[in-house]
Amino acid sequence: MLILNINGERKSVDVPDDMPLLWVLRDVIGLTGTKFGCGIAQCGACTVHLDGLAVRSCVLPVSAVGDKAITTIEGVGASEVGRKVQQAWLAIEVVQCGYCQSGQIMSATALLAGTPAPSDAQIDAAMSGNICRCGTYVRIREAIKQAATGRKLVPQTIPNEAAAASSGTDAPGQAFLSVRQEDAA
Amino acid sequence: MNTRPDLLPGEGPDNPSRRQALKTGGLVVAFLWLGGGAKVLGRAGQPGRIEAGDPAFAPNAYIRVGAGGAVHLVMPSIEMGQGAYTGQATLLAEEMDLGLDQIVVEHAPANRRLYANPLVGEQATGGSTTIRYCWTTLRQAGAAARSLLVAAAAARWKVEPAQCTVTRGVIRHEASGRSAGYGEVAAAAARLPVPERVVEKDPGAFALIGKPLRRVDTAGKVDGSLPFGIDIRVPGMKVATVRACPTIGGKLLAVDDARARQVPGFVAIVKIDNAVAAIGEHFWAAKQALAALDIRWDHGPHASFSTEQLFKELADASRNGTPILAREVGNVDGVKGKAVEATYELPLLAHTTMEPLNTVVHVRPDGCEIWTGTQVPARAVDVAAKVTGLKPETIVVHNQYMGGGFGRRLFEDSIEQAVAFARQVDYPLKVVWTREEDLAQDRYRPAYHDRIAATLDAEGRPVAWRDRITSASVLAKFAPGAMGKNGLDSDAVEGAAELPYEVPNLKVEWVRHDLPEGLHPGWWRGVGPAHNVFVVEGFVDELAHAAGKDPVAYRRDLLQKNPRALGVLDLAASKAGWGAGTLPPRVGRGVALATPFGSYLCVIVEVEVSPQGGIALRRAVAAVDCGVVVNPNTVEAQIQGGLIFGWTAALYNGITIRNGAVEQSNFNDYRMMRINETPPIEVHIVDSKEVPGGIGETGTVMAFPSLINALFAATGVRLRKYPIDRSALVQGADALKAVVTEAFDEAATAVAKGAA
Ligand code: FES
Ligand code: FES
Repeated sequence: MLILNINGERKSVDVPDDMPLLWVLRDVIGLTGTKFGCGIAQCGACTVHLDGLAVRSCVLPVSAVGDKAITTIEGVGASEVGRKVQQAWLAIEVVQCGYCQSGQIMSATALLAGTPAPSDAQIDAAMSGNICRCGTYVRIREAIKQAATGRKLVPQTIPNEAAAASSGTDAPGQAFLSVRQEDAA
Repeated sequence: MNTRPDLLPGEGPDNPSRRQALKTGGLVVAFLWLGGGAKVLGRAGQPGRIEAGDPAFAPNAYIRVGAGGAVHLVMPSIEMGQGAYTGQATLLAEEMDLGLDQIVVEHAPANRRLYANPLVGEQATGGSTTIRYCWTTLRQAGAAARSLLVAAAAARWKVEPAQCTVTRGVIRHEASGRSAGYGEVAAAAARLPVPERVVEKDPGAFALIGKPLRRVDTAGKVDGSLPFGIDIRVPGMKVATVRACPTIGGKLLAVDDARARQVPGFVAIVKIDNAVAAIGEHFWAAKQALAALDIRWDHGPHASFSTEQLFKELADASRNGTPILAREVGNVDGVKGKAVEATYELPLLAHTTMEPLNTVVHVRPDGCEIWTGTQVPARAVDVAAKVTGLKPETIVVHNQYMGGGFGRRLFEDSIEQAVAFARQVDYPLKVVWTREEDLAQDRYRPAYHDRIAATLDAEGRPVAWRDRITSASVLAKFAPGAMGKNGLDSDAVEGAAELPYEVPNLKVEWVRHDLPEGLHPGWWRGVGPAHNVFVVEGFVDELAHAAGKDPVAYRRDLLQKNPRALGVLDLAASKAGWGAGTLPPRVGRGVALATPFGSYLCVIVEVEVSPQGGIALRRAVAAVDCGVVVNPNTVEAQIQGGLIFGWTAALYNGITIRNGAVEQSNFNDYRMMRINETPPIEVHIVDSKEVPGGIGETGTVMAFPSLINALFAATGVRLRKYPIDRSALVQGADALKAVVTEAFDEAATAVAKGAA
């Protein structure tokens, strides 16, 4: 029986020592936000944090975790950096299919936690272990910068809460326009 | 429950925009054949009972309004990352005067009658058709629903519907100050007769269409809460992973599971004709157990097959096979001028969707449930019925969000296999393929051997153009009845038969050369055009060079009668600063232009090649005219992602086969482009009122020639194959060879002298 500290909660699991953390999370505990892409530390889809550092959980035997704090995509939003990264990801719509994005967000959050204002080269170095088959890299780079600086240098998406259609005697697009102005301000 | 037929005007076979759309190629033609076309064109049939429960108002297959006002929109095209759910929801919400935050999107159940893509006649997502067909279908559906709801409110208030307005799903009559939510009038609206005609909104009144609205599916993709197919967990479920015979067409002979039984969590093995699955309490147990199996295969008749052999056969078929005419204009024979010719070769390619293939199946005596992400839900029912012998109406497919499709999930082989395993056990079975299995058992984009030739007049313009394509046929496998009367596969020549350029004499032919039985050709992002545009645009670049002309100026000259193509060429050239300033040595820019899937694109790429042949992409500029834009954010994302998808293949990919088995196994030897290799990619969208064109596959189509042409500009080396051979790009590769040979000759002479 192992006791794991996952997203601030203690979980006990009865699994083989050599079982990779990825499968303990997904198939035993039921935290399926962490993804399987390759199983050989090539794609980064399975990235989680151990004491804040990004690791590939598909090759990490669960017995090697010890009492280190595990953070997964389900829990990363609890930290300020994680929340900013998620918000930037939505604000400029990084996501396409989304399957790689748990891992991307975990890598990006670990980067920013240690390097709050990364250069392009630092972003490339920290993120090059994460494959995105949909090719969202351009926006990943932009979103990391936006999360780091708060500056909106590229077009922002219009959040759904605010986007509303109207017709008839109402001026078309009024709601949309006001949102845009707020965003610009 | 409302049971009125669907309202789908404008979708008759005589509709010109539909005809135009249909003209565009193999995948569309394939589906048309599969669905029997005409049957489903006019009306999408009765609304079915769906997961939203029993809505008060369900005027068609896409819209459900509950008495409480909840609006559920059922998405006929699936979501695999391309933004289809947002695009479809936007069209419906626009006409219904709703916000995207006021709707819930739902995966469509498997139901051809209700959710067939009327453009292609099958419940399928592919060929960049979603917005092209939904543009009319869903706006009509939304407008019809709105008109009924407004009419119900107006009748209740005894006022004219025209005096009512709608904002965010609330109907108002200004003069009397009355208002009602959609939910309040839903039941009354359900009793009203369907209007003969509904008028869609004037584009000037669009509140949602054309805006960069946030996607409806992304919030749950940044916090891990949105489930993909692979995340489905059903009570009592066990997990399996599979090994099919790695040799093409081979069979399973025998399995010894003695060692697998020692694996903690091992449950059982199940076998089918050509594969074995190990079942465990979780994936890890299944994977360990599979690795511990002692498997004997019958490697079958293709155990010595190789890709070298395939390319030899293709080259031979190109010369000695029977060409099928795809298109002929004028007469290419006897045209005088400067002759240019070239041979291009394209490899087999894998899809490697980020989410490995997976299916959860529960087969019971009286029915079967399937949870999976598929581009063809109705075909999933077909194969499950075939394998289990159950009646189709007892089979339920719960479609899921997909971690990429790219054409792979247009094939239901992994679903059929999962059902074949699951019917042998009485618990729900989740079958997950490893990445290794994914690469070994793909439906590969076929290999091509294309010989292309042109005759140039005194100004260097092509006055005769011949293209002979040789390949296997995806269409013949996927939908044999969709093959042309003369045996033509329209996908094999899509992007080659119709050129954007003016060429007075043209002959395009195809020679069919099948792959060995058991090696399956498949649709791959960009389909026909991703293959042909590489060849055509690489060759046009060769012609420009032969004519001593600038590649942009050369194309401009040939596009004088094609204003939209000319528009994107000029836009990309000006944004890229084409021709302005000088570039450093071994830096070059390449241009590519094409008109795939009803859209117009020009891409310019700048590369730098190191003396050792290393390639760095420095910048890319894309200009796109895809008609009316539903969501500019999606267009940009699809172009960026599509380019990276294509560049990845050009830079690194090619499935090779030795001794009848695929050699690549995972991302270590089937490489993907990574962020550090990705250049800035600018996307410039032309403001247009034309009918929407496709977008999801266009970037991929443009990627290959833009990169290859840039490499030529940087190094003077013309590449006609990929994955790109870096050794051909080594600085002074020829000079280097000469030096080495000389040195060798000298040494040999010295040795000979010494011996004398
Ligand atoms: S699944 Fe762990 S790196 Fe790919
Ligand atoms: S968003 Fe699809 S793999 Fe990255």
